[in-house]
Amino acid sequence: MNPLELDALAALVPDGALMALPPDNSLSPAAFARALVRRGVRGLRLLGVPVSGYATDLLIGAGCVASVQTSAVTLGEAGMAPRFSAAVAAGTIEVIDATCPAIHTMLQAAEKGVPFMPLRGVIGSDVLAHRPDWKVMDNPFAETGDPILLLPALAPDIAAFHAVCADAHGNVYVGRRRELATIAHASRRVLVTVERMVDGNLLEDERLAPGTINGIYVEAVAVAERGAWPIGLLDEYRFDAAHIAEYARMARTEDGFRAYLAQYVTAPRADAAA
Amino acid sequence: MSDVHPQERLIGAIARLILDPAAPPARHIAVGAASPIPAAACWLVKKLGHPVRLSLLHRPTGNPFTEGTRELFDLAGQGRIDLFFLGGGQIDGQANLNLIGTGDWPGRAARFPGSFGSAFMYFMTPRTILFREEHSQRVLVPRVDIVSAPGVSPPGVFRRGTAQALVTGKCVFAFDAASARFSLASIHPGETAETVRDATGFAYDGASAPVTADPSAAELALLRGPVCDEMLETYPEFCRRVWNRTGLAGRAA
Repeated sequence: MNPLELDALAALVPDGALMALPPDNSLSPAAFARALVRRGVRGLRLLGVPVSGYATDLLIGAGCVASVQTSAVTLGEAGMAPRFSAAVAAGTIEVIDATCPAIHTMLQAAEKGVPFMPLRGVIGSDVLAHRPDWKVMDNPFAETGDPILLLPALAPDIAAFHAVCADAHGNVYVGRRRELATIAHASRRVLVTVERMVDGNLLEDERLAPGTINGIYVEAVAVAERGAWPIGLLDEYRFDAAHIAEYARMARTEDGFRAYLAQYVTAPRADAAA
Repeated sequence: MSDVHPQERLIGAIARLILDPAAPPARHIAVGAASPIPAAACWLVKKLGHPVRLSLLHRPTGNPFTEGTRELFDLAGQGRIDLFFLGGGQIDGQANLNLIGTGDWPGRAARFPGSFGSAFMYFMTPRTILFREEHSQRVLVPRVDIVSAPGVSPPGVFRRGTAQALVTGKCVFAFDAASARFSLASIHPGETAETVRDATGFAYDGASAPVTADPSAAELALLRGPVCDEMLETYPEFCRRVWNRTGLAGRAA
């Protein structure tokens, strides 16, 4: 597998795709999200696994998003996600609220190829009241009534994340963030940005193999150095709290957000400079 | 020893709730996102020498999980997490939590971040300590606009526990699941039964309560030293604000 250019990877995402994204503490593909803004993708249906952060807020602010299914959208210590909040207030995106383990469970059902999986809890939450696709039934193995939530399998059209490295076989290294494997297994197409390509085969290294996602799941890879920035990446580089605070400040207004895009996203070689 | 910072008092109050001998044992505590005060309380309990395992979900290095939050929720589902912390944009008198928003669904008046895992964790852990520093009628309401996670469940719905207590910037409320009501447990220095009453939108039991105890000198020394050391990487802004510590390199005060 030869790596693509970042913008060529972004061109593989069709308008309207259901795209799964990891949160800001788990290999978020921030440079890829900026490339999607440059490409002008429209109507994305984002899935936060299980919550959403900077990349989601950026895509919403840039008008790329029709709906968000997630358990929360937050910038962590920098506070609320401002473009998400504005879009909810304006009613310009559909919000499909979930709760974290329900999103994992729906992906796990897809990963197993079964139509649904049960999950404890959630009964009595208004999240359930607004999910006509979620059902409660009695546990068929219980002697007496035991209501339990059933969640439908959910297979995203695309999963995107930023990994440390890839090899020529399409294997990608995610380290301890092995929850990315569930997202990759459940999704129809997986697009990955990486810091670098490596020689050899990651799955032949006994120490790297447990943190590696098999290339059988991976459609395409692009090299994006510091491609998680301003999010951190494992032990490669830290979360840039000052930049996220700057984003939160600028994105508070529509004009400020446009200035952010001009400075950090659409400027020539914005990502190469980052 | 300088004056007790109000947030140190909250940390001390939460630590005492964690160690409450009347509550189910806390052998394994998980701490989620954006929870510096509960995280500090857990570290204080640990640094006091109690045998407790802490899983700090947002620790950037040495994260305890190799399958992220999926693993956290699976652990909780099995009953292997004894205590968790939750908050809410609104909390009502039956300990219902609203992390989603106010006004019409899904928070058209004011949107909060979202439910996170609350609709699951509140059921799955034997106890939950609720923490919300802002104590106002805006937050502590008669009835939440949206229920992210219910405080109590009807008989027959699988549930291991619910709120043990609610800690705010003004007081500590204990929660009784059988009556689904809070009662005033202690009042922080500088507040009175009246100021608590005036700022609380829901009805609760108990017209008066003792003053919330300050952390001991030994506890304060632990907070300002080894607890802060553990917190710096994950909560740098909090450590700067409360302890005037600005980095891993050294102490500013």
